[in-house]
Amino acid sequence: MISAQYLGMPLEINDLDHENLDYFAFCAKHDFRLQRCAACKLFRYPPTTACPWCSELKSEWVSVEGRGIVHSYTEVHHAIQPAFKPYTPYLVLLVELDTQSGKPTKEEGLRMIGNLTRPDGVLAPKSDVERVGIGTHVRMVFTDIAPGLALPQWTIDEGAAGGRPWRYGE
Amino acid sequence: MPLPREDVDVTTFLRDKYAIVGVGETAYTRGSDVSTRALATIAVRNAMLDAGLKASEIDGMLSYQFNDSTFSPFIAGDLGIRLNFYMDVFGGGSSTEALIGIAIGVIEAGLCKTVVIFRAMNGFSQVRIGGTGVRAAVPVSGDMLHGRAYGWQSAGQMFAPTFMRHMHDYGTTAEQVAHVRVAHSHHGSNNPKAYYKKRLTVEDVVNSRMICKPLHLLDCCVETDNANAIIVTSAERAKDLKHPLVRIRGVVGRCSKPRADMHYQTGPISTVAGRYARDILWPNAGVGPEDVDLTGSYDAFTFTTMLQLEDYGFCKKGEGGRYVSDGTIMLGGKRPNNTSGGHLCEGYTHGIAMVIENVRQLRHDADDSCPIGPDGRRQHTYDYREGGCRQVRNAEVSANLGWASPGTGSAMVMRRG
Repeated sequence: MISAQYLGMPLEINDLDHENLDYFAFCAKHDFRLQRCAACKLFRYPPTTACPWCSELKSEWVSVEGRGIVHSYTEVHHAIQPAFKPYTPYLVLLVELDTQSGKPTKEEGLRMIGNLTRPDGVLAPKSDVERVGIGTHVRMVFTDIAPGLALPQWTIDEGAAGGRPWRYGE
Repeated sequence: MPLPREDVDVTTFLRDKYAIVGVGETAYTRGSDVSTRALATIAVRNAMLDAGLKASEIDGMLSYQFNDSTFSPFIAGDLGIRLNFYMDVFGGGSSTEALIGIAIGVIEAGLCKTVVIFRAMNGFSQVRIGGTGVRAAVPVSGDMLHGRAYGWQSAGQMFAPTFMRHMHDYGTTAEQVAHVRVAHSHHGSNNPKAYYKKRLTVEDVVNSRMICKPLHLLDCCVETDNANAIIVTSAERAKDLKHPLVRIRGVVGRCSKPRADMHYQTGPISTVAGRYARDILWPNAGVGPEDVDLTGSYDAFTFTTMLQLEDYGFCKKGEGGRYVSDGTIMLGGKRPNNTSGGHLCEGYTHGIAMVIENVRQLRHDADDSCPIGPDGRRQHTYDYREGGCRQVRNAEVSANLGWASPGTGSAMVMRRG
């Protein structure tokens, strides 16, 4: 059982949740890994017992590059959890990984929810929030929470090419 | 992962065979000051009175909830109903139409004859639907580690990326969807039961404070305490009852996009489950969008109404913004939506009240402020000015479009007679 506090929330991974224990243990080592199906070789997210494309049970954890593009987002001004309030407005990003983008069909991709953070994993300041929208290239960083538990997060990939992102109201 | 849908067997033999014969609710409040068990009891009793059915004439019960409500055995027991069938299921929006489908199925299978469906909640004073309070205190584990841990918890926060992507993909504007709130506020002003009765403007909506982009405060529905109930039985049994018959033409229940738990894994994310559900709904019902006189498109948010109307085919893909802002969905327009004021104005019920409203509309008996005639029915004026009538003229066919999330929806077509 992993039990920790993060921004006022109790986070838990119980001993039977092997997929999440493995996933977050790699994250805690800042090594982003996803399960790759032993049969069809597709990566999958979230961590699960079976492959959603071929139902195969066997898989292996393989390192995946933590880079992607913002597919959509919301900018939260009214936080629900009290400990998020000092960080408003904060960004919840839906990031499509560069890895396996548009596969196995063109509308599919490995899409993850995460926050825009500073490189050290703390929620990003307003000056960064205002630079990010649909199309922004981002790279993965981690918020360290406890032994065996770090959350993958996103920061602006300053080195990446790309035009001006699409932002609400602009 | 997404598998092509096989051809759906069209269930024409059930078309029009079942009816909704009773509807009832409690008041919509913020502070009911009673338990969900008491709320449900009152709502079910009101539906029985509306149908003219005694406890001994009901033998089935269904309910839905999110660990925030009471259960069928209590309500049936408290009202003296002996059950031949009951089931209390997990779920929120999109449950009503799905449970009506289940009710038809269990009656058809001979398990029981007449089913009450209820939803009772103290959605403001006990377990807040918006996600604050006890809902925010739940430990974050399992799938929540991939969402809630990021401050992504309330319905508004979770649906917002879908809405945002629709704006990106199709140029939909905040002003266009604000018209949903404007229309529903006009409808609510003619509904004596509505929690919010004040008519609003587009400017009121887009100038209200930002909750989470693209949602302003007034793009979001109200949290209220209430219970609602409807009674389903066969049209054959219904013909002796007191109201004009409202028949169920066709149902689709909790139809989902691929990977409904993380529906955004498969795009386009600006398309919702209605895109799949419509291929079951319309063939089952034997009608199409053009045959529908009024809609009940779920309005947890202004956007949810727009997205569903679009994906069920009431307009072309991408034109939902225009459809909801050109007067079509207003009372007096071509196809009014949520004539009660809906979740945005009447009260929040996880969809069941929108079915109740359309039942009353198809009876031509919307409970507005029009005078009641000697036959006990309202004499509708069709004057839709503030505080006036909200009956849709000559309403014959309605469609309810229930929303659980962008990934899951249910729907139902009903007709008069």
